[in-house]
Amino acid sequence: MSIVNQGYLEYEELAAIQKLPTNERYEKGPVAVIECVQEIPCNPCESACKFGAITIGEPITNLPIVAHDQCSGCGVCVSKCSGLAIFIVNKAYSETTATVGFPYEYVPMPEALEEVMALNRKGEVVCTGKIVKVMNPPSFDHTPLVTVEIPKEFADEVRNIKRRES
Amino acid sequence: MLQEKDIVVVGAGPAGLAAAIEAGKAGASVLLVDVNLKAGGQLFKQIHKFFGSSAHQSGTRGFDIGTKLVTQAMEHGVEIWLGSAVIGLFPGMKVAIEKGVDGSEKEVITIQAKKIIVATGASENVIRFKGWTTPGVMGAGAAQTMINVNHVKPGKKVVMLGTGNVGLIVSYQLMQAGCEVVGLVEAAGKIGGYAVHAAKIKRAGIPIYMNHTIIEVKPGVDGCVEKVVLAKVDETFQPIEGTELEIEADTVALAAGLKPSAELPKLMKCDYTFSGVFGGSIPLHNENMETSIEGIYVAGDTTGVEEANTALEEGKIAGLCAACSLGYLPVSEVEVLKKEIWNRLEALRMGPFGERRLAEKGKMIVEYAEKIGAPSKEMTMEGYDYVDC
Repeated sequence: MSIVNQGYLEYEELAAIQKLPTNERYEKGPVAVIECVQEIPCNPCESACKFGAITIGEPITNLPIVAHDQCSGCGVCVSKCSGLAIFIVNKAYSETTATVGFPYEYVPMPEALEEVMALNRKGEVVCTGKIVKVMNPPSFDHTPLVTVEIPKEFADEVRNIKRRES
Repeated sequence: MLQEKDIVVVGAGPAGLAAAIEAGKAGASVLLVDVNLKAGGQLFKQIHKFFGSSAHQSGTRGFDIGTKLVTQAMEHGVEIWLGSAVIGLFPGMKVAIEKGVDGSEKEVITIQAKKIIVATGASENVIRFKGWTTPGVMGAGAAQTMINVNHVKPGKKVVMLGTGNVGLIVSYQLMQAGCEVVGLVEAAGKIGGYAVHAAKIKRAGIPIYMNHTIIEVKPGVDGCVEKVVLAKVDETFQPIEGTELEIEADTVALAAGLKPSAELPKLMKCDYTFSGVFGGSIPLHNENMETSIEGIYVAGDTTGVEEANTALEEGKIAGLCAACSLGYLPVSEVEVLKKEIWNRLEALRMGPFGERRLAEKGKMIVEYAEKIGAPSKEMTMEGYDYVDC
């Protein structure tokens, strides 16, 4: 497994372990993609979702299962995931672009409309992107949710942005 | 007259705090002693959100959990002595404490306890290589204390040795603090810690050198770390000649695991066992967290290196059982609570990262039952000889 031998997930590896949203669901708008593939004792995402879309149950080492049809893509679970492993993907953002929301706990915080380098799971630059939104309410407890707009074809790859020099 | 306390808890980390809270809540008079200037143990440098069950504050940052626990302990009447080191345990449940920090006036006070709970945590392991004493080489825990407690960067460019959870989490926090992590080095072919922690490091573009080790640290003209030499290792972890790689860095953080700090129970001649899984020699204990000597309890990393959630739960058991043995709680009530806690501990020790610890803990409890059965009265002064510690 690439995740244990290299430290990052290959998309195929993720798709083999986690049930990902269907294309039909993606067409409806933003949805949570949980990239949690190891049975570790952790379950705050389950109670974070007020729509009951995330299930872990017992034992708490179970992997989370997302009922994508119940997910509104609100992003509350992103800030609650201690592993920073939840992303909000919106493939219906525009004709040609998608957005990816990800937890970002670094300074300086990116700002809306800022042009950024979008990175994949390996930290490689895959394209440029534009910051659409930064959500950082007190309830997120210092885990802001940053949303970046990128060309649609990179929606399954982009998971971070290059940090600006402070 | 010696000052008297029902229960003396040594170590104010998550295990000690949890034990003190439970015992204090039950009505026991509790003294919690810690050598540090702040209670909370490692919790105050844990700026990340905790894993575990949401029923137990997962998703909450470690230092926030620490603050809550200290408040609870005070609410339940626990007396806390900081900057105070337990320097000896003596027959008749006497606890000698050196009160006062270096540079200030100190006094040694002996407390007459009825029960003692040892929750002294663990200490970092060291890896030796050429130049390992060069200024700039430090434990990952030390680097974490510098950035998160003292707000001082240990250096500009850091090499992290080890990809266990400590290595991964501290690397991430060093990046948050504004240090450049130039690489992580892992001798094994697999990431040691949680994949989600490794994924954060990777998606920030930090290289992880798998199957590599540090063979040398070269000092610069100032005598401090300037270059770090890595080499690939073979299946027996021996460096392969000709694979050397030089990285520029001014700091090397070592995250090579921890070993239990379990010296105090030795003074009371408690029985020990060796556990590779748990990091070293540890006092045997039963399901009440009581050692082979009646009235001496242990909890947390002292009983095997794990994490804060398991330490909290073990501490609760020790606190409840010690209070119960003094008559502060009915046995029937404690039996129910104890069972619930052991069930939660079992859940925390499941999955690929926990199952070895679950099996090892079970084995230890069985070893206790077979070798010790029930705790024995401590030896009288006459029975004492020089203790090998």
